[in-house]
Amino acid sequence: MSISTSIWVWIAALLTLMIYSFLYKENPFYRLAEHIFMGLSIGYSVVILWYNYILPRIYEPLFFPPHQWSLIFPILIGMMTFGIFSEKYNWLIKYPLAVYVAGYAGVQIPLQLQTMILRQAEASFLTPDKFTSLFSSFNALLIFAGLVTTLIYFYFSAKREHGLGGASQVGIIFIMIAFGAAFGYTVMARISLLIGRMQFLLQDWLGIM
Amino acid sequence: MIFLLILSFTISAKDTPDDAGGSITINVYNIPEGTEQIELYRLTKGDTLFEEVGLIPIFKGELDDATVTDGVLYLYKATALTPDTVYVAEIKEFASSSPEWFNKSRTSVLLFIALFWVVILVYIQLAKKNPEGLFIRKLPPLEAMDEAVGRATEMGKPVLYVPGIEYITDAGTLASITILAKVGRKVAEYETRIINPHFDPIVMTTAQETLKNAFSEAGRPDAFNKDDVFYLTSEQFGFAAGVDGIMLRERPGAIFLQGYFYAESLILAETGYSIGAIQIAGTNATTQLPFFVAACDYVLLGEEMFAASAYISKEPRLLGSIKGSDLAKSVLLVLIGVGVIFGTFAAIKNVAGNPVYMEIFDRILEFLARTAE
Repeated sequence: MSISTSIWVWIAALLTLMIYSFLYKENPFYRLAEHIFMGLSIGYSVVILWYNYILPRIYEPLFFPPHQWSLIFPILIGMMTFGIFSEKYNWLIKYPLAVYVAGYAGVQIPLQLQTMILRQAEASFLTPDKFTSLFSSFNALLIFAGLVTTLIYFYFSAKREHGLGGASQVGIIFIMIAFGAAFGYTVMARISLLIGRMQFLLQDWLGIM
Repeated sequence: MIFLLILSFTISAKDTPDDAGGSITINVYNIPEGTEQIELYRLTKGDTLFEEVGLIPIFKGELDDATVTDGVLYLYKATALTPDTVYVAEIKEFASSSPEWFNKSRTSVLLFIALFWVVILVYIQLAKKNPEGLFIRKLPPLEAMDEAVGRATEMGKPVLYVPGIEYITDAGTLASITILAKVGRKVAEYETRIINPHFDPIVMTTAQETLKNAFSEAGRPDAFNKDDVFYLTSEQFGFAAGVDGIMLRERPGAIFLQGYFYAESLILAETGYSIGAIQIAGTNATTQLPFFVAACDYVLLGEEMFAASAYISKEPRLLGSIKGSDLAKSVLLVLIGVGVIFGTFAAIKNVAGNPVYMEIFDRILEFLARTAE
């Protein structure tokens, strides 16, 4: 057993324990760690913003040759965001938001449509090459049934009557099975995070592993 | 080693089509037999020496040089190395790259969007004329919202509303703001308190305005406390730690987790569950839905959030887009059906000779023939 002599390892270990004390109940130690974490995270965000965005994307291109004067327009639009601090000029924020939302939609809609809808639809076509064995045939039919009934579940503008009610019930079963699988998978990933933290405490801090 | 300029081994260079610029596509033809590697060299106009670009894969005979600058002229040459000879091919004219305005490979996407856009516009017009005419089915979590606020009021505890950790550009955040307005009106009616922590300052400002209006609409503008709508931090787990702390200290009677969430979803939902609050979640982050389903009382699954926001607001644009997206789903189902038929026929053609498929195919034809008779 060789306990760490590094002050930083001790600080990290104690903060880890303070956060874990939350598992017992809310207490002053947890509160202290929570506020340190939040304060640090805000400070960190400001530093990242300054060094990764403001300096390389605004200050340097504007004030050092070759001067990119065209940047003044997006900067002015962005600065309208500060209008929110004024009762009189808070309407200015609508313009940067409009540019931001429209630009984002313009980039994302075709991308999402191509990757999340058209490609997925294409991949769900049942073709004989998916029926090469009994297992793959069953799998293909299952996926197809799941796709159709799940889509029907998310049909909002029709009453759940006739066949729609039954199909959407089957759809929700498929959805829940998928959720169960995703849940189990993520719990495994979370346990590996816990193992990582335990390794830090037992190995790097206490040196008993 | 002998350097030979062989006419049959040729090279071409052209601007890569349908891209955003910065790339020239190089092709080599008639690769000599026994070639072990093909090296590509580039000369920038004005320079005197060729620089090495990389190796052209022999099996493909093509390479995209993505290290070029738009508008600059380049001359390319390729050398095919065989064990005893080096073959050289060189283009005669300079090539340059430029961005294209239109990506032709995405024409189908454009057509689909145009169709979708027209359908939505038509439905928006219909919704404007007769909002009640467009049916949207009621969702159980919506009915539970009033019940949750009522329960918190009876217990003398506040309501906590977390709008996720995305920006105002996210559709889930926008839907969350609409749901916040409904919750806010109910909170004002019941004269209870709503705590609304934020990850993003712009979403916070929007939420402040939304709640202020909701309290005014409920006839209780005086009850609105601007300080209860506040910014925590823009760091994911810092935000999770902060919200967890609020849950444990304030012990809200009802918790709304509505918006886009990432890995903090389970941490928040678990803590809410541990304090015994009634929890109504909703997110368009499909990867986080399982955790909300496991730990919350009611959940708006993905697109249900948008349907909920349309149902609450009765806003023609939202109603029209929900109706339009439903139609798009129907079109998609038809497309999948058509794809199944065409794909099956194409694949049958490819596996002609396979007795099983041919028999199925023959029987389908027999059936169609009988039906036609």
